[in-house]
Amino acid sequence: MPFIPHTKQEIEEMLAVVGVASIDELFSEIPAELVSEQLTHVPAGMTEMEVARLMTARSQQDGNYINFIGGGVYEHHIPAAVWELTTRGEFYTAYTPYQAEASQGTLQLVYEFQSMMTSLMTMDVSNASLYEGASALAEAVLAAVRVKKGINTVLMPRTVNPVYRKAVNSIVKNQNIELIEIPFSIENGATDAAAIQNYSDRQVAAVVVPQPNYFGVLEDVDTLTDQAHEIGALVIGVVNPTAMALLKPPGQWGKEGADIAVGEGQPLGIPLSSGGPYMGFMCCKQKYVRQIPGRIVGRTRDEQGDTGFTLTLQAREQHIRRSKATSNICTNQGLMVVAATLYLALLGPQGLRRVAERCHHNTNTLAQKLCATEGVHRCFNQPFFHEAVIRLDRPVADVLSAIEAQGINGGIDLSPDYPELGNALLTCATETRTIDEIESYATHLERILSR
Amino acid sequence: MLIFEKSLNGRTNPSQAPSEDSVIDDIPQHLLRADEPQLPSVSELQAVRHYTRLSQKNFSIDTNFYPLGSCTMKYNPRACNKYAMLPGFLNRHPYSSERTGQGFLACMYELQQMLLDITGMRAVSLCPLAGAQGEFTGVAMIKAYHQSRGDAERSEILVPDAAHGTNPATATMCGFKVKEIPTDENGDVDVGILRQVVGPNTAGLMLTNPSTLGVFERHILEVEEIVHTAGGLLYYDGANLNAIMGKVKPGDMGFDVIHMNLHKTFSTPHGGGGPGAGPVGVNERLRPFLPIPYVIETSGEYRWAKEDDCPRSIGRLSANMGNAGVLIRAYIYARLLGREGMRRVAEFATLNANYMMRKLQERGVDMAFPGRRATHEFIVTLKKLKDKQGVSAMDVAKRLLDKGHHAPTVYFPLLVPECFLIEPTETESRQELDSFISAFAEILQETETDPDLVRHAPHSTPVRRLDEVRAARELDLAWRDESN
Repeated sequence: MPFIPHTKQEIEEMLAVVGVASIDELFSEIPAELVSEQLTHVPAGMTEMEVARLMTARSQQDGNYINFIGGGVYEHHIPAAVWELTTRGEFYTAYTPYQAEASQGTLQLVYEFQSMMTSLMTMDVSNASLYEGASALAEAVLAAVRVKKGINTVLMPRTVNPVYRKAVNSIVKNQNIELIEIPFSIENGATDAAAIQNYSDRQVAAVVVPQPNYFGVLEDVDTLTDQAHEIGALVIGVVNPTAMALLKPPGQWGKEGADIAVGEGQPLGIPLSSGGPYMGFMCCKQKYVRQIPGRIVGRTRDEQGDTGFTLTLQAREQHIRRSKATSNICTNQGLMVVAATLYLALLGPQGLRRVAERCHHNTNTLAQKLCATEGVHRCFNQPFFHEAVIRLDRPVADVLSAIEAQGINGGIDLSPDYPELGNALLTCATETRTIDEIESYATHLERILSR
Repeated sequence: MLIFEKSLNGRTNPSQAPSEDSVIDDIPQHLLRADEPQLPSVSELQAVRHYTRLSQKNFSIDTNFYPLGSCTMKYNPRACNKYAMLPGFLNRHPYSSERTGQGFLACMYELQQMLLDITGMRAVSLCPLAGAQGEFTGVAMIKAYHQSRGDAERSEILVPDAAHGTNPATATMCGFKVKEIPTDENGDVDVGILRQVVGPNTAGLMLTNPSTLGVFERHILEVEEIVHTAGGLLYYDGANLNAIMGKVKPGDMGFDVIHMNLHKTFSTPHGGGGPGAGPVGVNERLRPFLPIPYVIETSGEYRWAKEDDCPRSIGRLSANMGNAGVLIRAYIYARLLGREGMRRVAEFATLNANYMMRKLQERGVDMAFPGRRATHEFIVTLKKLKDKQGVSAMDVAKRLLDKGHHAPTVYFPLLVPECFLIEPTETESRQELDSFISAFAEILQETETDPDLVRHAPHSTPVRRLDEVRAARELDLAWRDESN
């Protein structure tokens, strides 16, 4: 059912206008030996009703689990208005706002998004978003290396999300950039700030500083930032945007603040959805605005002096600069930006803070309840936010399977990525978890561990 | 008016935040935020009305004909959105186990299989998040392939001069030098020059076919032979797959690697700039290098192939498995269309383009390649108009907005002066096409009777022509509360 409106008569008349006898004749420039047979692995078309039946069955097949998994992706309540409006055809089916006069809705919205993100991060500039958190971090690394011409080394704490570190490496290694891992303290789960001092001036382009880090542990961001700046490196903050309603934002870290802030925007009104689409955000100090990739919207005037919005600084981008562009990036996550902007507008500063506080409160409660069972301990004795590492007395994977059988997704097994932590489990309870659900998790865990 | 200007300190939306008070007493003061971020404090109604009104300032496929060349702005079926947003799909955490995701993974696996068939490739990975990331993936695989053979001096990627900007930008990101290959006067790659340029440094050639010039590259088999004989690989930019879906397979043309833009050919929404999805397909020799994760099936169970399964993979490109929600929409679209529908997409996209081209020619509009058949798009050049009346292609584009049509792509490809790249897509009716053609003809008349009307267009949009120079010189990228 290909959504083609042509009637038989129209087809004949149109072919006559073109001056051909058949549609096949329109493809006459294609060498005959290349024309393919019928597709074999694409089934016959379906009606909408048949598709509805199929997709409903597929979506129900995956059950309904109570979620205690975080790891950089969080289940938050999303106000109903967010996706009601985001899927309005005028947002959903518009193209990139290259024709500014016909795209003022998207453009003003992105300008408002940039304003919200710069304020949340206390940075000067925000772009219009990147694909997602990990590739945004890769782009920040590339931007830092452009700023620090000739220095190809970036320090990457082991406390940064392992999948972020892997993705950054696959993206930046093609430009011969070396990522050096900085260790963390096994006792408190925080990055070893002293390790930065092993590097001297002009050896390092940037130091990545996560807040909170992958373990949920709060890093000493002021010290890390100042030490990085002392060796002449830029500071790239990787932060959870929800947390920034409560925690000191990157622009205020240390004496001078972080230089670039990036992160995963999913917590701002975007559903879990098996991993995407999400959106990465990127903010920076004013002086680096020409080094960051991605679209940027500016406020300007029209011919009659009225306020309007347009894409700006496009001379950084691939469609103008081609092989000399700051990145090959051609899209932002436009629709996700619509959702995030609506989310932030509906929550407001106090609402967002209440969400952050409740997430922390619930995770705290969860950690306490889980650790009431014998053989279960907190891994780190350090301030944390929103996510906690719990050590068990047996392999985590087995316990998670048993918990899953009870309808609970218990968290992430850290042992493949962090064998040095033993049987460590990363878990979190956002504001969406009730006390009953938390207690149910604790009860099941106790029962499973007592077997 | 900005949302911030509707904000009032102290106004809250109590129903949108947790009702319980929480005490935070375990985080040291120096790690906490001292100030409050300047987010708007507005009521739910204020927010809903503000953003509904903003949406009404957009042109969109749902409201306007949108013949943007190379962007494939076709109808995005509502069913694709509705059924991708079922709670079972939305609420699944990416790190939950594969056991609890078999319904979702089945869709992904079947999508991979369909894309293999459509492209004629041997393996596919869905993880690239957009066309440009698909390109990056493809070129990174080409690099990994040459390196794996100890053939590391291959440092150049060849790109036709008509290519999308992402092609050369991608080659640079992957650490290659870029060499441009000129186009001959009929819109084909200049094969003579290609022959001279290829050599032991050639890592590969990136090609869009049908090309960005709106024509099918007729020498494709010769190009294939030249590049492969020189030891390079052939990259297919799938930007224009809509023109040949179900008719010709890139794999049969000899391409080693391809990316697809599902937000074009598979009708997932453009969303005002994204998200897209740019799956890559490869032939046998590039299979080991595919990015992870991708779905594999063993005795009816689906799981992700990861590092252990593919030790030579170029690795991950993002934290997760791709833009899952976009992929689900593409899957639904593919199931709605079915194999016969896909072929008809290419046929009717091509019919619409050729019809428009002929109708515009009848009205005296010049074509960049009048001797060629249009594919799903074609190029108009308004150079005569510019020379004679001093009215530019951009002026005409802006005037089209006044007539209720989104403008075609303007000034791309760069090598055709004063050009429009026009792509009507298969989902537009003949009435829409005729209405656009009439509007175009009216504007050409206006350039004779009242050229200033066209030069200062648009007149009926929410704003008039914007000062882009000012935007770049006096950067105003974020609102600041000036009352503080």
